[in-house]
Amino acid sequence: MESVLGRYRNLIILVGVLFLQVLGLATQVKRGGGNDPESTRLIRIWAVGAISPFERALVWGENGVSDLWHNYFYLRGVRAENRQLKDQIEHMRIDQVRLSEDAAQARRLQTLVAFKEQFISRTVAAQVIGSSGSDLSRTIYIDKGENAGIQRDMAVMTSDGIVGKVLVVYSSVSQVLLISDQSSGVGAMLEKTRLQGVLRGTANGEVVLERVMSDEQVPVGETVLTSGGDQIFPKGLPVGTVTNVTSGKDLFLNIKIKPAADLSKLEEVLVLVEKQERQATAEQNVHVRAADILAQRLPSVPDKPATDTKPVPGATVGATTGVPKPALAKTPAKPAGAAGTTTSQTPKTPSSMSSGPGVPADPAEPNPPPSNSQPPATESSPQ
Amino acid sequence: MPITYTSGEQVEVYRFSIPVTIGIPLLALFVQAFLPLRFPRFAVYIDLPLLVTIFFAMARRNPIAGLFTGAVIGLAQDMLGHNPIGLYGIAKTVVGYGASSLGVKLDVENAGARFLVTLGFYLVHSAVYFTVARGLVNMTQSWSWSRGILAGLANATLGTVLFFLLDKFKQRT
Repeated sequence: MESVLGRYRNLIILVGVLFLQVLGLATQVKRGGGNDPESTRLIRIWAVGAISPFERALVWGENGVSDLWHNYFYLRGVRAENRQLKDQIEHMRIDQVRLSEDAAQARRLQTLVAFKEQFISRTVAAQVIGSSGSDLSRTIYIDKGENAGIQRDMAVMTSDGIVGKVLVVYSSVSQVLLISDQSSGVGAMLEKTRLQGVLRGTANGEVVLERVMSDEQVPVGETVLTSGGDQIFPKGLPVGTVTNVTSGKDLFLNIKIKPAADLSKLEEVLVLVEKQERQATAEQNVHVRAADILAQRLPSVPDKPATDTKPVPGATVGATTGVPKPALAKTPAKPAGAAGTTTSQTPKTPSSMSSGPGVPADPAEPNPPPSNSQPPATESSPQ
Repeated sequence: MPITYTSGEQVEVYRFSIPVTIGIPLLALFVQAFLPLRFPRFAVYIDLPLLVTIFFAMARRNPIAGLFTGAVIGLAQDMLGHNPIGLYGIAKTVVGYGASSLGVKLDVENAGARFLVTLGFYLVHSAVYFTVARGLVNMTQSWSWSRGILAGLANATLGTVLFFLLDKFKQRT
């Protein structure tokens, strides 16, 4: 017996070590279905604690060198870039005026139907300092944790689009599960067709939209937004664009998505630490008069009148077109033409009614010609 | 590409200082976690902790030391991801045991042998991981021979170069 044990000592130890690990795996699977790293949090802290200080130091050093380069040496072309950015700001101001009018209008309409929206109220910027180092676990580490108010299941995004959600939070580091991981799931919808589905990662690191019926038409290039159904990401955040549509199994389409945020080159991300859900309310103190808006939008309408008390000819036209005017009751301070203006703009797509980010302005909106009475914002169109 | 059979008395057994024993695997884990941020394909094709496991196991030529080296490195690698702890642990335990057992029987000091051994053990590692992930954890995994062989070749090439660099840290017993 002793000789047998001695002869197969190595093999027995191998089997013992493997058995212990299999036992550990089985325990984890039983506890959290295998995909809950919180069940082994205490053990993971050791590895993260050993690696993350070095990663943080390296990123810090890298940023220092990069800043030095950009701040002192790489100033060529700054003047031209500055001019270009100023032009861009002018264009964006024009956009802003136009979009704020659309938003105010949308809010008035949302008030009527007691629509509740989720607003991003606070985000925390974080630096990406590491990854899992394996293509079988698509996670990244950011340099903010519990100390910065980060909690599990918070949404993580960049200015381009969503990135993932917080999976494990340590004191000064957090692990983020990317949307390209196969265990992730995000409620998403197509921007124009409003079809809803579930965004998942695949084993190859691709992102697909599941649960869209195969009898639906999904054009390639269509934008995908978050639907808000997962209670993690607010509705309307950009997710990506459709790159390929094929018929999948079980009567569902196989829709491949190119994420809006470049998941392979993440450097800084935003963690959504606070979001509010509130009922949309129409602004009471509207500085721009409805008559002004009407004058801006409809080229056929004559210039605005000299005084507020004078009825606007265009208002009469608008009021007699037979368009329902639910907004009238909500805007009593405005002349009849104001309400007519509001309601005459109602045939919008649902996306244009949403005030969430990434929602474009109504492309069908007329582009008014320059006029003396119009503010400069309406004189050029961003399109 | 000679792979010579040697007797147990002929092969040299090496040992490593404690800083090297701890520092090299930690460095491998650190580089493996950091480089994919700058080179996204790195994580797809290269497994530095595996290369370090193979190197230490073959140099020590002790199956028990090899399997424990593999287990520790694999478990540490598991801790950095979000999948259950033990997937890489089991795969690297098997590789550590196999590499050190092979090191006892074969001369794995030359480049050709190292290349082939690393290629072979990469495939063994992938196969064990795939089996455990699907069989025990019920993870969705897709096996691709082309990707496996390509990654195996990449690891074998890097491993051959890396092993010669790591040879500098060897100490004769």
